[in-house]
Amino acid sequence: MSFDVVLERLPEINQAMLETFAMIGVAIPLAVLLGTPLGIWLWSHAPAGLKPTPKSHAVVSALVNMVRSFPFLILLIAIIPFTRLIVGTSVGTAAVIVPLTINAIPYFARLVEQNITQLGTGAVEASRAMGATRGQIIRNVLLVDAKPAIIGSITITTVSFISYSAMSGLVGGGGIGDLAIRYGYYRYETETMVVACVLMVILVTVVQYGGTRAARWTDKRVSA
Amino acid sequence: MISLRGVSTTFAAGGKEPIVAVDDVSLEIPDGSIQGIIGFSGAGKSTLLRNINLLERPTTGQVWVGDTELTGLNAEGLRRARHHIGMIFQGFNLVNNLTVLQNVELSLKFSGVKDKTERRRRAAEALEIVDITDKTKNYPAQLSGGQKQRVAIARALATKPEVLLCDEPTSALDPFTTATVLQYLADINTEFGITVVIVTHEMEVIKALADHVAVMEEGRVVEKFPATELRREGFAPTTSIGRYLVSDGISVRRAGTSGVSEGFDPAAEGVQYYDQQVDPQRRDEVAPRENKIFAAVEGGLR
Ligand SMILES: Nc1ncnc2c1ncn2[C@@H]1O[C@H](COP(=O)(O)OP(=O)(O)OP(=O)(O)O)[C@@H](O)[C@H]1O
Ligand SMILES: [Mg+2]
Repeated sequence: MSFDVVLERLPEINQAMLETFAMIGVAIPLAVLLGTPLGIWLWSHAPAGLKPTPKSHAVVSALVNMVRSFPFLILLIAIIPFTRLIVGTSVGTAAVIVPLTINAIPYFARLVEQNITQLGTGAVEASRAMGATRGQIIRNVLLVDAKPAIIGSITITTVSFISYSAMSGLVGGGGIGDLAIRYGYYRYETETMVVACVLMVILVTVVQYGGTRAARWTDKRVSA
Repeated sequence: MISLRGVSTTFAAGGKEPIVAVDDVSLEIPDGSIQGIIGFSGAGKSTLLRNINLLERPTTGQVWVGDTELTGLNAEGLRRARHHIGMIFQGFNLVNNLTVLQNVELSLKFSGVKDKTERRRRAAEALEIVDITDKTKNYPAQLSGGQKQRVAIARALATKPEVLLCDEPTSALDPFTTATVLQYLADINTEFGITVVIVTHEMEVIKALADHVAVMEEGRVVEKFPATELRREGFAPTTSIGRYLVSDGISVRRAGTSGVSEGFDPAAEGVQYYDQQVDPQRRDEVAPRENKIFAAVEGGLR
């Protein structure tokens, strides 16, 4: 194994890391921004929720399931026309961000829905008794108590989508996972592949460590 | 005056016979009094209590609090009315990730007190009433059960309600802590003239606190009497729960001992306990095990 090859690939590795950061850095915040309200909606409009609307809930829930059940690769290709509409191109990093985000929104929404469901009904009931509006309950009670769990969900989503982003090569999206595939699988440049994989492991570890710490930091259920 | 007029609450039971949790209850609770509601598990006490602030909207009947018919209000009107009706629960229902002070601030926030400084001041004031002054920056997990319930009381009091609804407020507490919490409720009733409605299955609570007692069985209020009757020689309640209330406590038949002592004997009273009554699969859901009578009967000894 020669180190020189890796040194030679350094600019590409750098570039690939930047591409991964771009994909995750846009898709995850967007998923959190849009998936959180969607998750809250799913929870509160469910038959046992704060404002049950069983019919529209069933429709939205089915849509969410549909997007979620597409294998990422298929989604990536299936929505190419839509991607072109949004970012003006169907290739490159920007073009991968669109399907990544589309996939991440319902994924994250389901996690948030789960996070809220698991809180139990006590504090919500107390808030209703205090004459709170639904918005007040969501902002002051649900999001407050679900915060540690939601941070956990952000962590899970980020880690999952770092891995999904490796499939971006299909539309020339780049990124560190794609680099590993291109050099390792197609060019038999094992050294580069190993370095790329190590970088991915480091990335995931850092994200997981940071996420776990942040979740614990915000969780006041156990006395310090 | 709180006035329940022909209140019934029915729950759909998914294909099966609907459950009539509250069955045509009429009850008047005078301002400034303490109304106790007692009954066995599943009698419909919680549902009736939740009918008062419409956490559970009655299927039929009217609920009046003061001059307002709550059952006639729209959602917005109901929310406003609830700002004057405090409520506390067996499980305290505090927000775990908020400090004690923030928890108490919540009721003020929800009732429309916009100014944060004023909210803080009033929350601290309410906490002073229940003598929690040094733990305002703690989180609920760092408090004992009694302290949590006192915080919940402060949260309910902060908006200066006319009514305080209590659903088994001491059932999760030991007897000494129970006494403390009940003392606070009594003091609050005296000092602020707040009408207290307390649901419980503990006769100690009724004896210690209530002015009036209503006995519930299968959704109906089957017996009403002033609490002073409980101490009157010769008072003869007509229901088994009523007799249980005036007894010295529970007694249990045990093999090898000579008969049953003076106390209340559920079996002799014909009280069916839940394992005879309901599908064993559903028994915890219908009758949680914390019910002391049944626990005593089932456990065989106290
Ligand atoms: N939301 C609900 N949906 C369906 N059934 C319900 C609901 N709430 C209560 N019930 C049923 O109504 C009946 C009365 O319940 P309720 O909780 O009012 O009793 P309770 O007297 O408070 O009992 P406990 O002492 O166990 O708290 C029970 O049979 C219960 O299973
Ligand atoms: Mg109850």
